[in-house]
Amino acid sequence: MALLDIKDLKVRFQTNDGVVNAVNGITLSLERGGALGIVGESGSGKSQLAFAVMGLLAKNGRATGSVTFDGQEILNAAPSVINRVRANKIGMIFQDPMTSLNSYMRVSDQMMEVLLHHKGMSKADAAKECIRMLDAVKIPDAAGRFRLYPHEFSGGMRQRVMIAMALLCKPDLLIADEPTTALDVTVQAQIMQLLGELRREFGMATILITHDLGVVAGFCDEVMVMYGGQVMEKSPVDPVFAAPSHPYTRGLLHALPRVDQEGEELASIPGAPPNMMRAPKGCPFAPRCEFEIERCTVELDPLTEFTPGRFRACNRKVEELA
Amino acid sequence: MVLSAIDMGALAERLAMDEVKGRSPWTDARIRFMRNKAAVAGMFLLIIVSAFAFFGEMFAVSTYDYIDFSRSGDVLHLGRPSLASGNYFGLDDQGRDLFARTAQGTRISIIVGLVGASISVIVGTLYGAVSGYVGGRTDQIMMRIVDILLAIPFMFVIILLLVMFGRSLSMLFLGIGLLSWLSMARIVRGQTLTLKNREFIQAAQAAGVRGFTIILRHIVPNLLGIVAVYATLLVPEMILTESFISFLGLGVQAPLTSLGDLISQGAKNMRYGTIWQLLFPLAFFMVTMFAFFFVGDGLRDALDPKDR
Amino acid sequence: MFSYIIKRLVVAIPTLLVLMVLSFLLMHAAPGGPFTYEKKLPPEVLANLNAKYGLDQPLWRQMVSYVWGIIAHFDFGPSFVYKDRDVNEIIAQGFPVTLHYGSIAFVVAVVSGVLLGVIAAIRQNTWIDYIAVGISIGAQVLPNFVMAPILVLVFALWLGWLPAGGWEGGELSHVILPVIALATSYMASIARITRSSMLEVLTSNHVRTARAKGLPEHKVILRHALKPSLIPVISYLGPAFVAMITGSVVVDMYFSTGGIGKAFVDSALNRDYAVMMGITLLVGFLTIIFNLLVDILYAWIDPKIRY
Repeated sequence: MALLDIKDLKVRFQTNDGVVNAVNGITLSLERGGALGIVGESGSGKSQLAFAVMGLLAKNGRATGSVTFDGQEILNAAPSVINRVRANKIGMIFQDPMTSLNSYMRVSDQMMEVLLHHKGMSKADAAKECIRMLDAVKIPDAAGRFRLYPHEFSGGMRQRVMIAMALLCKPDLLIADEPTTALDVTVQAQIMQLLGELRREFGMATILITHDLGVVAGFCDEVMVMYGGQVMEKSPVDPVFAAPSHPYTRGLLHALPRVDQEGEELASIPGAPPNMMRAPKGCPFAPRCEFEIERCTVELDPLTEFTPGRFRACNRKVEELA
Repeated sequence: MVLSAIDMGALAERLAMDEVKGRSPWTDARIRFMRNKAAVAGMFLLIIVSAFAFFGEMFAVSTYDYIDFSRSGDVLHLGRPSLASGNYFGLDDQGRDLFARTAQGTRISIIVGLVGASISVIVGTLYGAVSGYVGGRTDQIMMRIVDILLAIPFMFVIILLLVMFGRSLSMLFLGIGLLSWLSMARIVRGQTLTLKNREFIQAAQAAGVRGFTIILRHIVPNLLGIVAVYATLLVPEMILTESFISFLGLGVQAPLTSLGDLISQGAKNMRYGTIWQLLFPLAFFMVTMFAFFFVGDGLRDALDPKDR
Repeated sequence: MFSYIIKRLVVAIPTLLVLMVLSFLLMHAAPGGPFTYEKKLPPEVLANLNAKYGLDQPLWRQMVSYVWGIIAHFDFGPSFVYKDRDVNEIIAQGFPVTLHYGSIAFVVAVVSGVLLGVIAAIRQNTWIDYIAVGISIGAQVLPNFVMAPILVLVFALWLGWLPAGGWEGGELSHVILPVIALATSYMASIARITRSSMLEVLTSNHVRTARAKGLPEHKVILRHALKPSLIPVISYLGPAFVAMITGSVVVDMYFSTGGIGKAFVDSALNRDYAVMMGITLLVGFLTIIFNLLVDILYAWIDPKIRY
């Protein structure tokens, strides 16, 4: 049985300007210890997918479909059910470490409350465990900094605190939502390296959400490319880089800076990110796609396995994308 | 009497960001405003109340200061509100037509509110824009002055001025004007600080446009949204201030009246049973305040489309 | 913390000085001296009076002695009308009363306002929220001078449950109506501010983190959402405090409670500038002290503020 099983997940937001279709029918499953990268630009619905799994959608958001974790349905589950899963079984790291920590509370209190709540530890034990975890995420002088406030840490250090906090209960699954987007390039590399090490050490399954295909390459076994709330391509990591099967993935790859091809200009995908107000009809990428045919604005072939283990959703054949 | 300037900062940011969109933010705002039922109702009420205030007296049996001596001795029985006598709101305790007086009082209150808000818009906007645009020590000193003035218990000072220099409408305007621009200046300054570093201002500076011209031509027009919202919310505050002073019997002088004065008179006399003398002015006061609050809130929400 | 307080105090001092000088000049600029407005006094009597009150000295000396009297002895000088009483006595008589019902009203407004706002926010768009919002919008157009007559009409005249006025040494039944009259509109404002700020905080990232920790909702709210949503409420406390002191004028007038508000109105009607000035200055002092307390409260709540 897979650790996480998502079936036909849809997320809708009711706003003053109309309904926003953020996620339009996503199905995926993740085995224990697996690492899945979800890639897409802003507005592709990748973060909302994660929030829906954790039950953290904004008030005006509704999720439908099914999410089972360890055999238990957790989508729209009662607070008592989902609260036993959050942090305890699924840890989550957020995009912006500057605002994701509570700036009014000491780091110590914020971390300890996780253990006090889920593990019923004594305060002294919890403190010891927290400091151990801060050490594990390589915060220098962890014991000395334990009782500081978040604003006394740098951005990279705060993200380490977030990671430590997410791992306190040794969860089976870690969801990292753009964990390095808000950080400096050098710090990004450190954080990704740390996440890789921790993953091996704790053996947990990981979902890495990012807009950066390059980050996925070194970290994940499998990658899922999303656009307009739909899956464009799903595949083991290596073949995607060798032979991307979808026009959008190709665009993303071309937009990736490379060291080995000096002097070449960076390509960008023309057009604006998807408009999520549109009805989920046809291919969301069609307006920006160089291979668009008439059918693309009306309907889209469902996600199909075109080579063993690789899935794509496109009306054109792979061979046609020359 | 407390200016609700708390979440103006968020609004300011929002307005500064809005121009990128294709549709003008004002068109967007108008659509949102019209969709807001409370705001539209407030607008509607405001029109009715203003019509009453400015034209109501034409439909009154007598002017606001005509005393009906034949009935002034027994207002409780002879001065009840009645359609037959033409005194729709009854008589006040001296035998004057309350319908005419309420119309006249509402008019004074609205005028005081508008004048106070206008002073705050003119003085506060210029002061705040100059302070924020010039910056540096000038800004510090100018804001320090505002801080000091804000620490002065203004209601007491206004009353002091009224007592010392005689009660008159112009003194009342002066006092209320002194008070009203301070918070506006602060808000405008904050907004100017964010505008100052925008490209179009820097472009104007590079083109050699003079400082004051930049303030008038480029800064002030971009402040309009927040100034409009704040001014609308300021009107009821000013009406409240005036009513408060009039309630103490220190505002406009008889036979002129204002809503606060009428409420005060009605409150004094209600133990004798002439309850209508309180209820009619009170109703107009509350409706006017409601209307302004709703319109102000509607404007703010229209310009700051965050789900609240 | 200590140096922070000192720093705030240093900033407060010029404000106080400006306030004192302004009020002195204002008092002096008033048309006619304090003894000219009633009947004409013989010149030698006037000269005597002026000498007694130091009015024959140059302006700057009068100002210095006025300001110094306040700084050194907290002495606001003699009353211009009641020859045998000075301003201090008049203030000392009314101030405890004002402080009594004023502080109760302040606490009532803050506590019930915050409570109402928080409940409305966490039950957003339910009937509880609608009722709370309705109350707070309604109460906003019920300032003290509107509440006072309504309360008297309903609770004293119609129902006869509570006395319509008087103080009786602060007996509970005499305190209730003044407190409600004074607190209502500020409670409403505080409730509105709390609600909208709580709603904003509830959508903030750190609250999402708290939820992701699997904490039950009440812990999320009490531990993570409450403190930051109180910040705008705290910045409202200063203005609300001043407004409530101002409102005490209405309460004193309407309920005959005999606080400093009454002294102020009396002196306004008697043109007793010295008393008016004294009370204005006192309120100014209180405002500054209270703002200082608010600043300290800020620093205590928000660890980002450096001492």
